[in-house]
Amino acid sequence: MATPEHPILKPSDPSRVFGFRSLNGIYLREWGVKFLLAGCALMSILTTLAIVVVLFTEATRFFHADQVVCDGVYVATSTRETAGDTVLCPECGASHILPASVTFYDFITGTEWNPLIGKETDKKFGVWALISGTLIVSLIAMLVAIPLGLVTAIYLSEYAHPRVRAILKPTLEVLAGIPTVVYGFFALMVITPSLQFFHDGFNTFNATAAGLAVGVLCLPIVSSLVEDALQAVPRSLREGGYGMGATKFEVSTKIVLPAALSGIMSAFLLAVSRTVGETMIVALAAGSRPHLTVDPRDDTQTMTGWMVQMALGDNSNFDMTYLSMYAVAAVLFVITMSLTISGNIVRNRFREEYQ
Amino acid sequence: MTFETNTNEPRIATKKPTQFMAAESETKPERASMIEMQSFNAWYGDFQALCDLNLAVPEKRVTAFIGPSGCGKSTLLKWMNRMNDVIPTARATGQLRLPDIDILARSTDVVALRRRIGMVFQKPNPFPKSIYDNIAFGPRLHYTGLQRSDLDNLVEWSLKKSALWDEVKDRLNQSALGLSGGQQQRLCIARAISIGPEILLMDEPCSALDPASTSRIEDLIYELRKQYTIVIVTHNMQQAARCSDRTAFFFEGRIVEAGPTRELFTRPKEKQTEDYVTGKFG
Repeated sequence: MATPEHPILKPSDPSRVFGFRSLNGIYLREWGVKFLLAGCALMSILTTLAIVVVLFTEATRFFHADQVVCDGVYVATSTRETAGDTVLCPECGASHILPASVTFYDFITGTEWNPLIGKETDKKFGVWALISGTLIVSLIAMLVAIPLGLVTAIYLSEYAHPRVRAILKPTLEVLAGIPTVVYGFFALMVITPSLQFFHDGFNTFNATAAGLAVGVLCLPIVSSLVEDALQAVPRSLREGGYGMGATKFEVSTKIVLPAALSGIMSAFLLAVSRTVGETMIVALAAGSRPHLTVDPRDDTQTMTGWMVQMALGDNSNFDMTYLSMYAVAAVLFVITMSLTISGNIVRNRFREEYQ
Repeated sequence: MTFETNTNEPRIATKKPTQFMAAESETKPERASMIEMQSFNAWYGDFQALCDLNLAVPEKRVTAFIGPSGCGKSTLLKWMNRMNDVIPTARATGQLRLPDIDILARSTDVVALRRRIGMVFQKPNPFPKSIYDNIAFGPRLHYTGLQRSDLDNLVEWSLKKSALWDEVKDRLNQSALGLSGGQQQRLCIARAISIGPEILLMDEPCSALDPASTSRIEDLIYELRKQYTIVIVTHNMQQAARCSDRTAFFFEGRIVEAGPTRELFTRPKEKQTEDYVTGKFG
C-alpha cells in the first residue's frame, strides 16, 4: 500500500485500531435537519397567511353585518333609511331590529366614525376619521424621527470617534428597548403638560404628544437602518472624495448620502410603517374621539386606537361595531404592507452595485 | 549568477521605443524637485512603517515606487496628500515638503494641499453619479463663478486629457458605474486632473485592470508626464520599467536604492535591488 505514514491510518501502537465512522444514520440525520429547519422557516409564512385569512374573512363579515338572518333564513338588509326599523322573520315571525347600514363604499370614503352612540340611523362607519388620526400622528412622528435619525446616523457613521460611538449606539438601542407603554405614559404625564405650558390650546389627550413620543420611539429604528445604509457605501468612495479635497461634510452630503439614498428611503418607509402600526402610545396619549381633523392640538383616535378599544371589550356582543375592528385592521394591513413592499422596491431598484 | 538583462537590452526597450527615450533623457541635467523628503519617518501606533527616507521627486517626471507588499510605499503616498489624517494612530516626523509648503505642518490646509495633489486609487472608485457629474464634482467644490459652459469645457478637456472623451462623449449623463474597469480608472484620472493639480499620486492604478486597459493607462501616464509630476506605486516591475523615469526601491520601510529607472533595473548598486528586480524574491 502506498498510504503515507499517517498517525491514524498507520498507528505506531499496533494495538490501537481506528475505524471510519458509520455512515448509516448520517444522511437520514441530514435530511431530518433540513426538514426541521424548513418547517420552522415555513411557520412564519403560515402564521402570516393565517393572520391575513382571519383578517379578511372577519372584515367580510363586517360588510355583511347589516343583513338580518334568522335561523339561517335571510330576512332583510338594512339601508341608510331603514336602519333601526323593526322587521319580522317570514318563517317564524320573530321581530328583528335592522342594524346600521354599512357598505364598502361608505366605509372606505366616509369621514365620520360614530358606531357607539345614538340611534341605528346615526351610526356611521367612515374610516377616514380614523385614518386622519393615524396620519397626523405619523406625520408628527416622522417630523421628529427622520431629521433626528438621519443626523444621528450621519454623525455615528461619518463623524463619531469610536469611543463616542461605543456609548451612543447602545444608548440608542436602549431607547428602542423601552416598552411602548412607558412611552405612552411619558407622553401623557410629561410631554402633554409641557406642551400645555407653552400653549393653552392643547387638549389633555392630543395628537402632538403621541406623535412626539412615537417619533422618539422610531428614532433608533431610523438611525440604525440609515447607519447601515451609510456603512454599506464603500470606503473607496469616501477616499476618492477626500483625495479631491472635499471636506468631511462635503464627502458625507455629496458622496455618501446620495450613494446610500435607496437604503435611506427604504429605512424611512419602514419607519413610517412602524409609526402607522404603533398602538400603545396612541391608545394612551392621543385620546379616543375619532373625527376628521388636522389640528394637532386636538384629541383624536387612530386606527390602532380604535382596535384597542374594541379588543379590550368596550363592546362585547360581537356585533357590527365589534366586527368593524377587523375592517379597520384590514385597511391598516394594506397600508403597512404597501409601505413595506415599496420600501423593498426602492431598495432593490435604486441600489447601486459596487464591485 | 547571471543577470539576464546584462547581455540583452533591458526589457523596457521591448514595448515602446519612445518611452525608452524618455528614460534616456534622465541623463540630462537634473530637474527641479517637486516633493522633497529628509529623514522622514512614519508610524502606525508603535509600528514604524517608514524609516529615515531621503528622496527628491523631480517635477514633470514619473517616479515609481516599487517593493514587496507591506514595505511602506503606499503609506508614503498617503502621507504626500495627508490621506493618513483620518487614521488616528498615524504620525510622522522629518521633512516632507513641496517647494513652497511643508506638507506635514499642522497649519497646512489639507483642502488646498489636495487641490494641488490629485490621487488615483488602486481600485477604480467612480462616484455613483453620471460621468459628467463625476468630473464636475471637484471643480464645483473648489471653484466659484463657474457657468455651465465653463464646466462643459472643463469636462471635455479633462476627458480628452485622459483619453476617454471619444468613448463617452455621447453618454456623459449616464452612470459612471456602467463603464468598464479600465474606463472607470481613466475617468478617475480625468476627475483628478479636472481640479488642476500639479502632482498626481497613483496607488497601483492598474492592479485591478486587464493587460489592454493597463496598457492604455500606461500610455496615458506617459502622456501626462509632460505636464504633471507623477508618483506611481506599483507591484509590477515591468510597469515601473516601462513608464517611469526614476524608481525608488523600498524594503521594510526603507529606501534601499533610488535612481534613474534604467540604471536601477540594469545596473543596480545594491544586492537586494538586484534580487528584487530580477524576480528572486518579492
